[in-house]
Amino acid sequence: MSLSYYFSIALSAILIENFIFVKFLGCCPFLGVSKKTDTALGMGVAVIFVMTVASAVTNLINTFILGTTYAYMRTVAFILVIAALVQFIEMFLMKSMPALYESLGIYLPLITTNCAVLGVANLNVSNGFDFISSVINGFSAGVGFTLAIVLFASVRERLEYAEYPKCFKGFPIALVAASLLSIAFMGFQGLSIF
Amino acid sequence: MSFFKQLKEGVLTNNPIFVQLIGMCPTLATSTSLKNGIGMGLAVTFVLMCSNFVISLLRKFIPSKVRIAAYIVIIAGFVTIVDLTMQAYMQELSASLGMFIPLIVVNCIILARAESFASKNKPLPSLIDGLTMGLGFMLAISILSSVRELLGSGTIYGVEVFGSGYTPIIMMILPAGGFLTLGMLIALFQYFMGKFQKKEDA
Repeated sequence: MSLSYYFSIALSAILIENFIFVKFLGCCPFLGVSKKTDTALGMGVAVIFVMTVASAVTNLINTFILGTTYAYMRTVAFILVIAALVQFIEMFLMKSMPALYESLGIYLPLITTNCAVLGVANLNVSNGFDFISSVINGFSAGVGFTLAIVLFASVRERLEYAEYPKCFKGFPIALVAASLLSIAFMGFQGLSIF
Repeated sequence: MSFFKQLKEGVLTNNPIFVQLIGMCPTLATSTSLKNGIGMGLAVTFVLMCSNFVISLLRKFIPSKVRIAAYIVIIAGFVTIVDLTMQAYMQELSASLGMFIPLIVVNCIILARAESFASKNKPLPSLIDGLTMGLGFMLAISILSSVRELLGSGTIYGVEVFGSGYTPIIMMILPAGGFLTLGMLIALFQYFMGKFQKKEDA
């Protein structure tokens, strides 16, 4: 596989097929933890980390254990692995990198139920990606998620000072903002490199 | 708790989409047409009822430390049933809902109801809770998808409404339209709930 192939996977996962604005994966944390820019960034980094590792591990499991014989067990196997992985990463970080653990702290357990992680594992399988492509896809999808959530959080911080009808208070105005951001991301659709 | 009280809670006062804002991913992604919306609603309702019932039956045996993992395995089992059944008998629907069927596993609605209701209540009320919450979800996703389908392709449930002269607003069936429609619907919901509560207070 050439370098340009990997580059196209990465660019497509970050911009053209952005997980939040185009694929609608990971909307819960996107709406839930986007009130402040720094918490959004913390969540984003945690997601990049988990998605990269999860892509690698689920790819190995799918190739060497499940194969085509046990394909029907995929959902159960993947979600169990992801849940265990998140727990494991949490313990590992607590022991070896306390500083990083402190900053990611509360976001890590939430990631188990982030559908972007299971989504990227399933997409890797359905696209037939090999090990390296899966890892690159997982990492760049996480970067795309971070980009989206940080952009959105900074918009929401500004929204605090905006005036809008009372019934739009809270989520409705945030969703309208998300819609406008999503239109901006639609512009990347024309960006096909190969 | 009576059935109607639970029904009111699931559909109105505690509606999973309009009030709690959980389960956003499948809601936004599969609401491009009413057919998909109803399909998704039915799948989620089925999984929610079954998982609530089973989790409630097992609530005294599951150790609280590993409960989340246990819930997820139970839910994943039922989702696999739905996924395989749809692939076998409803190929068209299964193809258009695509990867969002397996993703019901991580739908926050199901885990939230398991954690906050089924783990504390008897099996029958839990089953009813699954049904009413599922209905609330289905109602919300049906309204959302009708609006999007009507504006985005000029049809409802595949039936043409506006005639051939109508130019569809493509944006409505794209992700941007999903966010926009949901935002508007929740604003409308909050507006009417606000009025309703004011009347009750007065």
